[in-house]
Amino acid sequence: MNGYNFAYLDEQTKRMIRRGLLKAVAIPGYQVPFGGREMPMPYGWGTGGMQLTASILGEDDVLKVIDQGADDTTNAVSIRAFFERVAGVETTTATAEADVIQTRHRIPETPLSADQILVFQVPIPEPLRFIEPSEEETRVMHALEEYGVMHVKLYEDIARHGHIATTYAYPVKVDGRYVTDPSPIPKFDNPKLHMSEALMLFGAGREKRLYAIPPHTRVESLDFEDHPFEIQAWDEPCALCGARDSFLDEVITDDVGGRMFVCSDTDYCQRRQEEVA
Amino acid sequence: MYVAVKGGEQAIANAHRWLADRRRGDRERDALSVAQLAEQMNLAVDRVMAEASLYDPELAALALKQASGDLVEAVFLLRAYRTTLPRLAETVALDTGAMRLERRVSATYKDVPGGQVLGPTYDYTHRLLDFLQLADGEVPEPARAEQALEACPPILEQLDAEGLIERETDDGAEPYDITRDPPDFPVDRATRLQMLARGDEGYLLALGYSTQRGYGRNHPFAGEIRIGTLEVEIAVEECEAPVCIGEIALSECQMINQFAGSRDRAPQFTRGYGLAFGRNERKTMAMALVDRALRAEELGEPVQGPAQQPEFVLAHADSVEASGFVSHLKLPHYVDFQSELELLRRLRSAHGQPDGAEDSRETVDDGGKKKEPAVEQDTNESEQVSP
Amino acid sequence: MKRPQLERPALLEARGVTRLYGPGKGCEDIDFRLHEGEVLGIVGESGSGKSTLLRTLCGMETPDAGRVVYHSDVERCLDGATDDGELDLYAIGEARRRALLRMEWGLVHQNPRDGLRLGVSAGANIGERLMALGDRHYGQLRAAGQDWMGRVELDPGRIDDAPRHFSGGMQQRLQIARTLVTRPRLVFMDEPTGGLDVSVQARLLDMLRTLVRELGLSVVLVTHDLAVARLLADRLMVMCRGRVVEAGLTDQILDDPQHAYTQLLVSSVLTP
Repeated sequence: MNGYNFAYLDEQTKRMIRRGLLKAVAIPGYQVPFGGREMPMPYGWGTGGMQLTASILGEDDVLKVIDQGADDTTNAVSIRAFFERVAGVETTTATAEADVIQTRHRIPETPLSADQILVFQVPIPEPLRFIEPSEEETRVMHALEEYGVMHVKLYEDIARHGHIATTYAYPVKVDGRYVTDPSPIPKFDNPKLHMSEALMLFGAGREKRLYAIPPHTRVESLDFEDHPFEIQAWDEPCALCGARDSFLDEVITDDVGGRMFVCSDTDYCQRRQEEVA
Repeated sequence: MYVAVKGGEQAIANAHRWLADRRRGDRERDALSVAQLAEQMNLAVDRVMAEASLYDPELAALALKQASGDLVEAVFLLRAYRTTLPRLAETVALDTGAMRLERRVSATYKDVPGGQVLGPTYDYTHRLLDFLQLADGEVPEPARAEQALEACPPILEQLDAEGLIERETDDGAEPYDITRDPPDFPVDRATRLQMLARGDEGYLLALGYSTQRGYGRNHPFAGEIRIGTLEVEIAVEECEAPVCIGEIALSECQMINQFAGSRDRAPQFTRGYGLAFGRNERKTMAMALVDRALRAEELGEPVQGPAQQPEFVLAHADSVEASGFVSHLKLPHYVDFQSELELLRRLRSAHGQPDGAEDSRETVDDGGKKKEPAVEQDTNESEQVSP
Repeated sequence: MKRPQLERPALLEARGVTRLYGPGKGCEDIDFRLHEGEVLGIVGESGSGKSTLLRTLCGMETPDAGRVVYHSDVERCLDGATDDGELDLYAIGEARRRALLRMEWGLVHQNPRDGLRLGVSAGANIGERLMALGDRHYGQLRAAGQDWMGRVELDPGRIDDAPRHFSGGMQQRLQIARTLVTRPRLVFMDEPTGGLDVSVQARLLDMLRTLVRELGLSVVLVTHDLAVARLLADRLMVMCRGRVVEAGLTDQILDDPQHAYTQLLVSSVLTP
């Protein structure tokens, strides 16, 4: 596009972000402050993910953008259109064909490979934020590994509900060191973070933080010995493709309580339907 | 049959067309020109420039037009443009003492060298709707003084000379640039002032107001408010003297606040400072109050009000960040919501209530919490001393 | 060759500790040794500097001069400790200082609201320090919570209630349970019975005395209340205008005060 650099950001900024990413990969789960720029989209709509994508995107890369697992939700469409416009890169909806996948709130069901990078959009990167509002204090807590308070929250859940009641943005410990927010993915996706083949990058634009989970890194979801971490399960399979191993969205079909459950990962669902046909 | 949320692309394109139509309004009427806005909506333009931190009245007016007058949206537009601009040079620090004044008032002295100048202020207008403007009445020329205003030294210099007010000195340190680097709390005063200068006026006004009502009171006097224009200069290698690259309008407010002192230092008045692009008097006053409130810890005052908590104040001051994050709630959250729904159903069934069961009591399920005992008094039996 | 120690080993030492806000405001040139299993009371009127001293001792306020030395367990080989376990509190850095407060020490605030998480249940409050030390078994944490509620004479059936629903006296008991659950080697108490009704105070003191004895706690206790000091402390330090004016065994000081200020303090308690 005229007047703008490849992938919108100027090369200086991209370099600054890539330096941040290198640091993030070197210290898995550690939040690296970076000089986040304003993007021509509102904060909270994926500006962190977009800055990371813009910084790592090459001309030959194939990009996939999903929001809630779907390629065709409005914000995914908007971000994909943005990169088509400012970078002219090829885009795809097929998980296996993408080099870079920018995502909001999901990890694709199709297992990722070593030559893929998953970029997460992160609203609040600080897993301790809702326990301790001060950034000054949370930084110290991370530095000293003062994480007891994270378990206070989980203890309280069990005492009140009999279960750990955190269902998304479920905190993890990365490489046995940093407690990290996996972004608001459902806890269903947490196991996919562990020993992943693909590099996972996380960008929070408004909060100006980025972090990474490098390939083959231990990622544990916090829990108790006698209340181990579990993922969601559904009683029925996907109504469209019959999958029993994917995260299902509830779709209301009429106004008298009719509903069905379908894969939130639209690409996965479609591929399975094609295989059956 | 369920169809995925398809057609997002077309929907977005159509939304943009409708928006453009709504912005233009009735085609029978003249379209507003950017120049008209820059001239006649000048205070809105000034506010957009200040909060976007880009001094360009024409582009600010364009942003205002494009945003249909939505100031927060206009600030965002201009800010997103600003971030793509290269930084070609840095200006020489501005000396507001050299300002060509159009307004200058002090609430602390009856008369001051250089005098008080009201300038074009709304202060003493009676807020009566002027129906003449509805009928496009003519506006007379302003009265002009015989001679130009002399240069006026800042009023606080008087106090400074007597040692009655804390002296502000330039420690020569390179200021932190909040547009290039992430804020690293706790931040120093220079950084704080940068963040306040681009902070949302309504937000700062409310916080400043809260300090006056007792949430972190600091006894302010409006020492000096000055509004006027000032030349901006840059240093060029080939030239000895700095080169003027233009003139900008600025508003500045210096608040004088109650004194601080310690064993080693005699008591002195303290300062709160506000500065903004354009004619932004209210903003600079609010900024000066908040700046002073944020110095509570440094001056050894108890931190009691929200306006005294730097992280709270600064992390939420930026309207672009705030409106972005609030508006993101409109984005789909199907997955998170589904996760909560699944858990809630499970908890409710564990609670012995089948999903969908009639439950006429209003929001009785506060998350399955068992009992909420009443607050017990110190005098109940569990604490009573046995005789 | 190791000789048998004649004196009980010291746990905490202040050497010339000074922290002043202004002339006579704060504490000045304080020296003492706290032995293991001993309760040291610091008494004086408000403004005498005893609270400043306590904050300095427990790592919350850096002294202007002097050293605070903690004798850690040699076996534990704490970071920053010398071979014989000595730790200079303000030479080890904030990280280690906070770790020490978390792992080895306990602090009981005058206002239980400063030491509790009011929004989370009593059980979670008691469990927090255990979880910080790595306890990851919900059932065991809960059992410990119930056990400790019993010890501080709270109804274990209220383990899931949030302390904001407790009375002041109950909150203070909970704070004590929360602090003692990890069996800290050293406990600091700042007016632990201040702000409570006299009747509530008496019961709490009684309970504290029992716990201190049972657990063999080492305590630095700050109080303006000589009755509290008499009941709990083995030794007393009397502070006036930032300085220690008299120190010795509790009974000795209260029954036979030597310094004029102490005499005044003692007599003012006796005369109604």
